[in-house]
Amino acid sequence: MNNVGISKYAIEVSGLTKVYGDRAALSNANFTVPSGSICGFVGPNGSGKTTTIRMLLGLITPTSGTAKVLGESISQPEKYLPRVGAMIEGPAFYPALSGIENLKVLANLGGFPQSRVVELLAKVGLADRGKSKFKTYSLGMKQRLGIAAALLPNPDLLMLDEPTNGLDPSGIHEVRELIRDLARSGTTVFVSSHLLSELEMICESLVMLREGKVLFSGLTQDLLKAQRPLIVTKPEYEIDLNKLKLLIEGEGHKVKVSGDQLEIDAPIDWAPNLNRMAFESGITLASIAPLLPSLEETFFEMTGDEK
Amino acid sequence: MINVVIAELRKLRRPTLLLSTLLTVTLLSGLFTSIVFLRVGSKGGNGKRGETITAAELSHASGFLYGFKLVGTLLGLVALCVFASQTAQEYTYGTLRNLLVRQPSRMKLLLGKFISMKIFAVLMVVLAGVITISLSYALSGHAKVNTDQWSSATAAHLLAQSALNIFIQTLSYGLFGMILGLLFRSPISAIAIGVIWSLILETILGAVLSGTAKWLPAANFSNIGEGGTLEVSYKHSLLISAIYLVLGSALVSILFKRRDVAN
Repeated sequence: MNNVGISKYAIEVSGLTKVYGDRAALSNANFTVPSGSICGFVGPNGSGKTTTIRMLLGLITPTSGTAKVLGESISQPEKYLPRVGAMIEGPAFYPALSGIENLKVLANLGGFPQSRVVELLAKVGLADRGKSKFKTYSLGMKQRLGIAAALLPNPDLLMLDEPTNGLDPSGIHEVRELIRDLARSGTTVFVSSHLLSELEMICESLVMLREGKVLFSGLTQDLLKAQRPLIVTKPEYEIDLNKLKLLIEGEGHKVKVSGDQLEIDAPIDWAPNLNRMAFESGITLASIAPLLPSLEETFFEMTGDEK
Repeated sequence: MINVVIAELRKLRRPTLLLSTLLTVTLLSGLFTSIVFLRVGSKGGNGKRGETITAAELSHASGFLYGFKLVGTLLGLVALCVFASQTAQEYTYGTLRNLLVRQPSRMKLLLGKFISMKIFAVLMVVLAGVITISLSYALSGHAKVNTDQWSSATAAHLLAQSALNIFIQTLSYGLFGMILGLLFRSPISAIAIGVIWSLILETILGAVLSGTAKWLPAANFSNIGEGGTLEVSYKHSLLISAIYLVLGSALVSILFKRRDVAN
């Protein structure tokens, strides 16, 4: 791990904009990614995540704005890319070459030791398929090879674009653990996904994009604070659902019917009152429980978007 | 730079590409040399464009180089295909982004690619030379060709000169392919356009508009391989080829350096 040039922020983006014709893929984006943290980069498909990552890697020239990666301007990517690992928009390799050969091409190119190739294949669980041609790999295996390639430089900053695409649940779990391990060893991880639920578990900070604009940039905790817990209750008999709904609305709380249960926008300490009120009205509650909306739901509530 | 060359050579040495290319070169070299010697003196022709080469002509110091020169243009076309596909496939596979993350200097990447393919071209020319010359010796008895002059100092000089010319020719076609690969970013388009232009369109243009052949790129590349002809001098072909290739390289270098890698 090279600590030269490590500043407070691994990524600093200021007014970054990319316009294609009359469409802004990214519009005046401002955010920072603290060094040594895991930062989630989330937004629906087409929101500008990959465009941003490509600009940070020097593959695309911004229309306006600036950014720094590991303290260096993105106008001089050669200064920071040797310390950056990246997997952009899915794994892309030579189909006729084996996994090992594909990694060796990149190891040669970056001047990294060839011994690292076998080590990394084992790390991503491809040790026994390293000699198979890339074209014979499943999507999950391709994804793992992409992650191995990103780890070749033993990076200070790792940028992963949708790294869990195509992985099965155990593969997703392994990638999460890998990201946590890397962060523990001091690597900054900037990981994108269109599923916030995937990132909320591992990310200390989040950058949320929508239609090329940054909606939220900050600590995951701050977003968690914006979450308002709901009360979820289910009457014993479904026939009582509407009666119960009217009773709750009469108390001034918003209620949503979700299947055979009700989601009530009320503080959790109102639950005893609900229980009492239902009992006095002759309704037996089969269950009553608090429900914390996921960050994704909070995000959509913040943005006013439908899930 | 050396890192780029090593990485590119790793891709070029994959068996499907290396063996199929070397096999093609071997077959073409064998075929053309066999035609020259087995059909010696034939009225149907055993040389380029149906010309007849006699046993007496083959006995000259340059006799053992007929097959080598004859296969030269086809070596160029093989190089065009290899250079074009190796360049354009980085776009179609999406691997260019990986390369640029590991080697951000786009010019170094391009130059490293060219150097590695140049090494590949040397291998092709050497193989073609070895096969055509060996086969010339092997078939000389059957064609009743006297080979005394083939081991003279003049023959050695002619061999060096021909090898250099064929190498320049092969490299010119290859660079032409690389330019097309960078322009069209698709191996199929680049190869199709390159081959159709070189084999068909230039021939039609040359036939329809007299005097144009000496100004067309592929015709001049091939003329270098032949060491010049009575109609078009060697120096003229070198100059015209250089102009085309320098202008083409400059254009694609600017495009490659500035173009967003968005695929």
